[in-house]
Amino acid sequence: MSAPLILLKGVTKSYTRGKQTVPIFERLDMTIPTQDFVAIMGPSGSGKTTLLNLLGGIDKPSGGEIVFDGKRMDNLDESRLAGFRAGNVGFIFQFYNLMPMLTASQNVELPLLLTKLGPKARGDRVKTALEIVGLSDRARHKPSELSGGQQQRVAIARAIVSDPKLLLCDEPTGDLDRETAGEILSMLQTLNRDLGKTIVMVTHDPEAARFAKRTLHLDKGHFSEKDLAA
Amino acid sequence: MGRTLTQIGTVTAMNLRSLPQRKWTSLATVVAIALVTGVLLAFLAMANGFQATVAGTGASDVMIAMRKGSESEINSTLMREQVLLLQEAPGLAKASDGKPLMSPELYVIVDGIKKSSGLKANLPLRGLGPLANEVRRGITIVSGRMFQPGTNELVVGRAVSKQFRGFELGAKMRLASQNWVVVGEFDAGGTVFESEIWADVAVLQGLYQRGSTVQTVRARMTDPANLEKIRAFSEADPRLKLDVKSEKDFYAGQSRNIGDLILYLGWPLAIAMSFGALAGALNTMFASVDARTREIATLRAIGFRGTPAFIGTMVESLILAAIGGLVGAVGTYLLFDGLSAATLGGNFTQVVFSLKLSWSLVLQGLILALVIGVAGGVFPAWRAARVPLLAAFKEQ
Repeated sequence: MSAPLILLKGVTKSYTRGKQTVPIFERLDMTIPTQDFVAIMGPSGSGKTTLLNLLGGIDKPSGGEIVFDGKRMDNLDESRLAGFRAGNVGFIFQFYNLMPMLTASQNVELPLLLTKLGPKARGDRVKTALEIVGLSDRARHKPSELSGGQQQRVAIARAIVSDPKLLLCDEPTGDLDRETAGEILSMLQTLNRDLGKTIVMVTHDPEAARFAKRTLHLDKGHFSEKDLAA
Repeated sequence: MGRTLTQIGTVTAMNLRSLPQRKWTSLATVVAIALVTGVLLAFLAMANGFQATVAGTGASDVMIAMRKGSESEINSTLMREQVLLLQEAPGLAKASDGKPLMSPELYVIVDGIKKSSGLKANLPLRGLGPLANEVRRGITIVSGRMFQPGTNELVVGRAVSKQFRGFELGAKMRLASQNWVVVGEFDAGGTVFESEIWADVAVLQGLYQRGSTVQTVRARMTDPANLEKIRAFSEADPRLKLDVKSEKDFYAGQSRNIGDLILYLGWPLAIAMSFGALAGALNTMFASVDARTREIATLRAIGFRGTPAFIGTMVESLILAAIGGLVGAVGTYLLFDGLSAATLGGNFTQVVFSLKLSWSLVLQGLILALVIGVAGGVFPAWRAARVPLLAAFKEQ
């Protein structure tokens, strides 16, 4: 078993709605080893996206600890969390979330604007990332000129361009047909296997979950695990 | 710092490149700000043009004497005895025959019909003494000739014949139950005098039953510094006790009063209109932020800070405001600069002047536009900086 990339220790999370406190997680424990590819499934409202937000430093837990690569991140302030996300996490969204007025390569370059890399080095990285997702010939196209699958591949290139350890995918194939979804999921498998990316993927689709090494079922704030890779 | 600037540049460029998606609301904001700037600049150009015309009138070596306390020529009365006493004042320039270069003048109001509106307006009819032409400089008869003393002949300023009906060369009219004829038109270098009608003072005294009184006395001095001597001479003689000013100071004072009045009308009107433009700018910028909520949240999720979103939104608002301001300024320049207008001057008569736009006025207009841009951008920018990151995961 690889060293843990992420540890959740007794994490609680609740939201306040009016005068009511709505609990999402109560003392949730979780370990995600380095180079894991884990699918998280569960019914609507089970807390899948909330978990993804906590792992990505987008949301903060109400209690407990989140440790990333040996360092606590749940107590970072907003500015440090932004730095944490820029350096460690690549996000892949269901609706791609590309900037419509930018070309594919400009979209992919966005995370690199947060680094110290100069324009030449950024250009090289963007080129490599687009080659990995097989879209070198679409670099100058805008999102509106690309198919859904191509847009998601640009989003994947954007997620990996700064070489983060963790990829967080929120229903990455939820807006795609079956065949294109298969291509995207195979690409995620390749990134996990060949580039060693740790991937956490939230999905409703059991077929999509089969591409992961294991699947965690989240229900009422607790996990039940099935290792589909076994 | 460099990375922050790059982030700000990227977000700003994205905002601006997405403007075509919000072209109608953006255009409405630009038009509203252009209108505000245009109205303000029109008033400022009016005040500026009026002040330039009135303040440019008069010479520093010509003194004007009026009854003490009379702010304008129309309120003044001088007796013949006073005029004769003034001839003895020190420091006055003399004609070849040794008489002082002095012009006792009468100033009455007659009706004119404006060509632009067809409405009646007050026109000044000035009676000039025989030496008036030597007292005033810069007066040129551009068509016809000067009036003959003792006759019912008139000469009119260029602005009068341009703005009012029936004052062209050779035109006949009735004034004070007498027939008059226009025998000449004069140029006075764009000064207030061009808005006047001139005739012989002796003829007007008779027709308007003024006896031997006049309203003002103008006299050329050998040196502008002689004004103090003349003032002292007037104060020393209880029969005189007149207000003695240089002609230049007299008109400068008149320009301040009316120019300030125009400014006091222009700024409040522009500021009131600014609130309307501000509402438009706020609406546009909030719509802009709302339309980009997921994009902003995505950038924040990637690791961008809130500052670039704030500044990017502010820059967008300021650019729209600057475009509005420039459109307003260019529009005002094309529509109003040099436009001839007339308004009531200090003597309750029409002063014809040209609206005059200057760079300093344009700057004032642009500053107002940018203030609207800042006020209209700051709250939407604040919202942009605080877009919840969770919005990146929601369907729009």
